[in-house]
Amino acid sequence: MSVLIYVNHNNDKIKKSTFETALYARKVAEMTNTNEVIAVSLGTISDSSLSVLGNYGVTKVLSDTNPLFDQFDAAVHSKALAKASQEVGAKTIVLSQNSNGKAIAPRLSIRLQAGLVAGATELPTILGNNFTVRKSVFSGKAFADIGILTPIKIVSLNPNSYPVVKGEGTAPVEAFNSGVTASDVKVRVKEVKTLTDSVPLPEAELVVSAGRGMKGPENWGMIEDLAQALGAATACSRPVADVHWRPHHEHVGQTGITIRPNLYIAIGISGAIQHLAGVNNSKVIVVINKDPEAPFFKAADYGIVGDAFEIIPKLTKAVKAFKAQNG
Amino acid sequence: MLVCISKTPDTTAKIAFTNNNSTFDTNGVTFIMNPTDEWYALVRAIEIKEQLGSGTVTVINVGPKENESIVIQKALAIGADNAVRIDATPDDAHFVAAQIAAHAESENYDIIFTGKETIDYNGSSIGGMVAELLNLPYISLANSLQLINTTTAAATREIEGGVEELEVDFPFVISAQKGMAEQRIPNMRGIMSARSKPITVLPPKAVTEFTAIIAYELPPARTQVKLIDPEHPEELIRLLHEQAKVI
Ligand SMILES: Cc1cc2nc3c(=O)[nH]c(=O)nc-3n(C[C@H](O)[C@H](O)[C@H](O)COP(=O)(O)OP(=O)(O)OC[C@H]3O[C@@H](n4cnc5c(N)ncnc54)[C@H](O)[C@@H]3O)c2cc1C
Repeated sequence: MSVLIYVNHNNDKIKKSTFETALYARKVAEMTNTNEVIAVSLGTISDSSLSVLGNYGVTKVLSDTNPLFDQFDAAVHSKALAKASQEVGAKTIVLSQNSNGKAIAPRLSIRLQAGLVAGATELPTILGNNFTVRKSVFSGKAFADIGILTPIKIVSLNPNSYPVVKGEGTAPVEAFNSGVTASDVKVRVKEVKTLTDSVPLPEAELVVSAGRGMKGPENWGMIEDLAQALGAATACSRPVADVHWRPHHEHVGQTGITIRPNLYIAIGISGAIQHLAGVNNSKVIVVINKDPEAPFFKAADYGIVGDAFEIIPKLTKAVKAFKAQNG
Repeated sequence: MLVCISKTPDTTAKIAFTNNNSTFDTNGVTFIMNPTDEWYALVRAIEIKEQLGSGTVTVINVGPKENESIVIQKALAIGADNAVRIDATPDDAHFVAAQIAAHAESENYDIIFTGKETIDYNGSSIGGMVAELLNLPYISLANSLQLINTTTAAATREIEGGVEELEVDFPFVISAQKGMAEQRIPNMRGIMSARSKPITVLPPKAVTEFTAIIAYELPPARTQVKLIDPEHPEELIRLLHEQAKVI
């Protein structure tokens, strides 16, 4: 009996989303009276980088450093993960609902005949044989409690849904041979292009977002200045991406990406229901809009009614002053 | 090509529940074809057929009869050639994926499309499950798809902070999202011709459900917005630091 997690890593660094799944898995292990949280890492990464997982409740790391895994093919990753799960007798498997998790988790569900809750937002409720997980549904407008009916359970946790607190402990790293070979690889990755050099939007804790109220792409300099002063990622509303003022990967909302940062600052965005669907699970929402009737104010925690072109430079100055004082 | 299409509440639908929060309240809700299925998956399949000057686009929906008028007719009007409806209630991702895979198994599709995710259950699971059931490669969250030759396609896939450019041989499963194609509005001729396009209705195969919805809950309402004087944005910074503790 153990709880298993899948490690997301890049350039010898473990991603924050994996620490979230590790701590979540730790808690599930305690709830199911098992001590073991086993992390499975696939691809090139050093043992010393992996042993850090011990600080987040992992008791053992299985690492298959076969470079075949460095080029992502969901079929190959899920095959290896299934093998590890079967070998250690994992009863619960926790992944992050990110780009890799969304591709691996459903395949794994079929391989292990295990029910999947994709987009979990909370710890499971376990009562006897009943294992229920809350997830976000209707694009953030509601939650559903989903019962997993199979003996093995898979939880794919929404990023930024579980707090990360670094603790103590070390995790021994053991070599693992998943038996995957070159003939298993069917998706050939030709190139990986980086689109931002700051924090990727889905992983960002602070986000500055702007909409049609900014009038044109030439005015985004002040948005970027504010984001930079805060250390935030930038996002935008759909019409702004549609007319190519901003790149598509910044488009948030029902038809864009869903984010749940700690802080979402919306500037010159009216707050249409389809936009809110992508951001309304953010912890704190700030709205800056010249129209006091803008629907976004109803979904906001803090608001400033006024002209963004006047407020944003002042706000950036205030952030810089704050940073200078608070390091 | 096969395109999986789902029925979802309209994007502006008011979400409410009945029966002690166990059932989604469809009262007054308009249903539509799931946006990413329609705008990206379906339209890209039709574009590829147009480019090649040959091929067939079949749409498949797991759902009750009413879905024929709500989503299938529209897909046919936009340009799909024919449709398959599996006559069952889609409650569980594994159940739905198994129905689609059972149909696809005997049909030798070159590409099976899904949308990125449905806007109601937001699972992003069906494509990956179908791929695994059929032992096919799976490209998730794709922003583009081009045919290179008769055996191979090129696609880009969105990852955190970047994109992957990749190649894959037919047959494969792909989930489509923004960037893949532009929305198409069905024209009068499309709407007329849709009426004579065939819809095959098949009974579901017996499949074990892996999950069950127990209950729903609406998120707590946000407290009233606190307005800050536009002349003093530093007050906002102070509140974000001291009160909200997010910076
Ligand atoms: C099926 C469907 C799916 C959709 N999906 C999405 C989605 O995923 N994401 C998304 O964002 N939208 C989506 N939309 C579009 C959505 O309905 C809205 O049209 C869109 O979000 C509006 O963008 P906006 O707020 O930037 O622009 P507008 O609605 O034009 O709002 C601009 C705002 O800026 C304010 N403003 C103007 N000048 C200033 C100034 N100087 N200072 C301060 N404020 C100013 C105005 O008061 C106004 O509130 C979707 C629509 C449909 C039908």
